[in-house]
Amino acid sequence: MNRIHNIAKPLSLLAVVSLLLTACGGNNSDNAGSSSSSSSPSVASASPTETTTASGDSQEKVTIEYWQYEYPSKVALIDELIKQFEEQNPGITVKQTNFPYDQYNEKVATLVPAGKGPDVINLYYGWLPKYVSSGFLQPLPESDFPAAEIESKYYPFVDAAKIDGSYWAIPTAVRTLAVFYNKDLFAKANIAEPPATWEELVEDSLKLTEKDSNGQFVVEGLAWEPGAQLHHWYRDGLLPQAGGQDLSEDRRKILWADTPAGLEAFQYLIDFAVKHKVGTTGVFTDDVTAFKTGHAAINIDGSFRLGSLATDAPDLNYGIAPLPSYKNKSAPSSYWANAISAGVTGAKLDASIKFLKFLTSKEVQEQWVDKVGELPAQKEVATQDKYLNDEKLGPFIRQLDNSKAHFFIDETGERTLFVDAANEVLLNNVPAEKAFKDLVAKTQKLYDDYWAKVDKK
Amino acid sequence: MITNTTQRRAAEGSKPLSLRLNYRAQRYLFIYLMLGIPVLYFLLTRLYPILYSFNISFREWDVLSPEKPYIGWANYTSLLEDEAFRKSLKNTFLYVVVGIPGQLAAGLFVALLLQNVKRLRGFFRTVYFIPYITSIVAVSWIFRWLLMPNGWINGQLLSLGLPAQPFLQSPDQAPYVIALSMIWQSVGFQMLIFLTGLEGIPKMYHEAAHIDGANAWHRFRYITVPLLNPIILFSAVIAGISYLQSFAHIVSMTQDGGPLNSTRTLVYHIYKLAFKSFDMGSASAATVVLFVIILAFTLLQLKILDRKLDY
Repeated sequence: MNRIHNIAKPLSLLAVVSLLLTACGGNNSDNAGSSSSSSSPSVASASPTETTTASGDSQEKVTIEYWQYEYPSKVALIDELIKQFEEQNPGITVKQTNFPYDQYNEKVATLVPAGKGPDVINLYYGWLPKYVSSGFLQPLPESDFPAAEIESKYYPFVDAAKIDGSYWAIPTAVRTLAVFYNKDLFAKANIAEPPATWEELVEDSLKLTEKDSNGQFVVEGLAWEPGAQLHHWYRDGLLPQAGGQDLSEDRRKILWADTPAGLEAFQYLIDFAVKHKVGTTGVFTDDVTAFKTGHAAINIDGSFRLGSLATDAPDLNYGIAPLPSYKNKSAPSSYWANAISAGVTGAKLDASIKFLKFLTSKEVQEQWVDKVGELPAQKEVATQDKYLNDEKLGPFIRQLDNSKAHFFIDETGERTLFVDAANEVLLNNVPAEKAFKDLVAKTQKLYDDYWAKVDKK
Repeated sequence: MITNTTQRRAAEGSKPLSLRLNYRAQRYLFIYLMLGIPVLYFLLTRLYPILYSFNISFREWDVLSPEKPYIGWANYTSLLEDEAFRKSLKNTFLYVVVGIPGQLAAGLFVALLLQNVKRLRGFFRTVYFIPYITSIVAVSWIFRWLLMPNGWINGQLLSLGLPAQPFLQSPDQAPYVIALSMIWQSVGFQMLIFLTGLEGIPKMYHEAAHIDGANAWHRFRYITVPLLNPIILFSAVIAGISYLQSFAHIVSMTQDGGPLNSTRTLVYHIYKLAFKSFDMGSASAATVVLFVIILAFTLLQLKILDRKLDY
C-alpha cells in the first residue's frame, strides 16, 4: 500500500503540471495561429524577415500561401511554377497547400474562420458568388487587372467572375464540354461522322444502343447521368442552342420558362432516357465508367476528362467532337480561377498580385495546356495552330467562342434541383412540363433567397 | 517518505499539516484526478462544442462571413419549410424502424444457431463478423456494382424469369436497399453481443424448464428473451444511435442521397448544409433537432426495455 502511496503523489503532481502545460500549450498555439492570419500580415512575416535579412538583403522577404485542391498534375505544375516565380522574384516565397476536392470547401469553411486561410486561393467559378457575398475575397485591383483588358483578352464567359462591377478572380485555364465518342463502336454501327445536330445525336444514339435479350444495356447510345455533366449541358448548351436564355441581365431571374425553348431543351434531354431509352442513370454505376469501359458510345464530358482517360483507359479508341447544335451553337464552359483573400494587405498583397499576374501569363497558360490538359483562358494563347490542330484539344477550343458559363449562386443546390426534376420524370412519371415548371420555380427561389441575403448586406 | 511521516503523525495523534491530506484522501485525489483528465478533455472537445452549436443554431452563421447575427428561431422555421429536411427526417425514422428490429432479429437468429453448434463455430463467427470490420465505402461500391440496372443481381433475377429491379435507382426501393445493407453489415456485431449474452444464461434454467415440459419456443420466449433483456437493450440503443447517425452508406451508395432525396438522412443533410452550403446556422439547428431526437429515443428505449426481471 505504501508503495502505491509513494507513487501516487508524484504522479498526481505530474498530472497537474502536465495539465497546466497542455492548457498553456493550447493557448500558445492558438495565438500563433491567429497571428499568422491574414489580418496582420506584417506581424506574421516579421520573424522570417529578421532571420533572412540578416544576410544583408535590403528587400523584405514575403511569404504567401497558395491553396488549390489536390489534383496531381496541377499540384506538380504549381510546384514547378513556384520555382520559376521565386527565381524571378527573389523576395517572395510561395507555399502551396492542397486539400482533396471533396473536402476543399469544408477546409475553407473550417480553416478560414480560424484565421488560417490562404493569400491566393484557387476556386471553382461556381463558388465565387458565395465566397464574395461571404466577404472572403477582395476584388482584383483595377490598376493591375483592368476590367477592359480582361474583357478584351479573355473568353467572354470569364465575366462570371465579375460581381458588383468588379472582377474577383481570374483563371489560368478553362474547360468546355464536348462529345466524347467511341470510334470502335461508331465503326461497328457504320456511323462515319460524329453527330453534329440534335437530330443526328438522337439517330446515332439509337443506332449505337445495344441491349441483351433481357433488355439490359450492353452499350448505352448516350450515357445519361443528369448529375454529372448533363445539367451543365442543359443550362449553357441545349437551352441557348434552342434559342432560350439562362439568366436576366442582373442575374436575378431565371429565364428558362420565358420562351418555349426552355421546355423544348428540357424535353430533348429527358427523352434520351424516357422516350428513346438510349441510356439511363446508374448503368455501369456512372457515365464516365460506362464510357471508359466501352459500354457507352457517346458521353457529354469535359476537357478535364482527357487526362484521366489517358491514364485509366489508354487503349480506348475515342474521338472528340463539338457539341451537336440546333438553332444556335453553344457549349458550357467552366473554370477554376485564382482570387486574393480579403485580409491580404501591404507587402503580401503586392506579392499576391505579382503571383497572380505570373499565373495568368502566356507562358504559364501554355505550360498548363501541356501538363494539365486544360485550355488557355486567353484567346490569343488558345487559338494558336498547335492547339487548334490537335485532334483532342481542337474541338474543345473551337467551341470557346460560343461558350457560356452559368452564374451559379449555389452549385450543388442548383444541380440537385435539376437532377430531381429529371428523376421526377424518369422515375415518378411526372409530365415533363410539370417537372420543368417546378424546377424553374425552385431554382428561382434559390436565387431570390441568395439576392435577399446580398441586398441585406 | 513525506507521506510516511504524515501517516506516522496521524497515528501518533498529532495534527497533520493543513495541506497534507491523509492517505485515503490522497488515494481518492489521485484516482479522481486520473479519471478527471479525460473528462476535462471530453468537456472541452465534446460538451463545449455541443453547447456552442446551440448558440450557432440561433444565428445566421455563414462560415465565411465575419458577421453572425442573432436571428432567433428563423433557422428552425426554415428547416420546417425545407422539403429535403423533412424527407431526411422521415428517411432516418424509416431506417430506425426497419433497421433496429431487422438487425436485432438477424443477429439473435445467427447467435442462436451458432450457440447450438460446436463444429466450425469459430469459422462461422469470423465469417459473420468480417462485414462489420470491412470498410463501408468498399462494401457500398460492391453493392452498387451488384445492384446497378444491368448488374449481377438483375442478371440472376432475369435468368430466373423475374423482372429486373431498379433497386438504388428507385425512390421506393432505394431506402430499403440501404437499410438492408446496413443490417447486413452489422449482423456480425449483434451476433457477437448476443452470443456473449446467451453464454451468460445458466444452462440449468433451460434444463429445469425442459423437465417441466416447456417446449423450445416456450424456453426461448420465457427464459432466453427475458434474460437477454439487458443485452437487447444495449444492442437496441447502440443500433438506434448508429441508424440515427447513418451517413457513410448514403454518401457511397447513392448519388447525393437520391434518387429524389429518398435515401437522404438527417446527418447527410446536416453535412450538406454545413459544408456544401456553408450554412452553419441551419446545420446546427438540424443538429439540435437530431440531438433532441436521439435523447428522446434513448430515454424511451431505456424506459420500455429496461424492466427489472427476477428469477
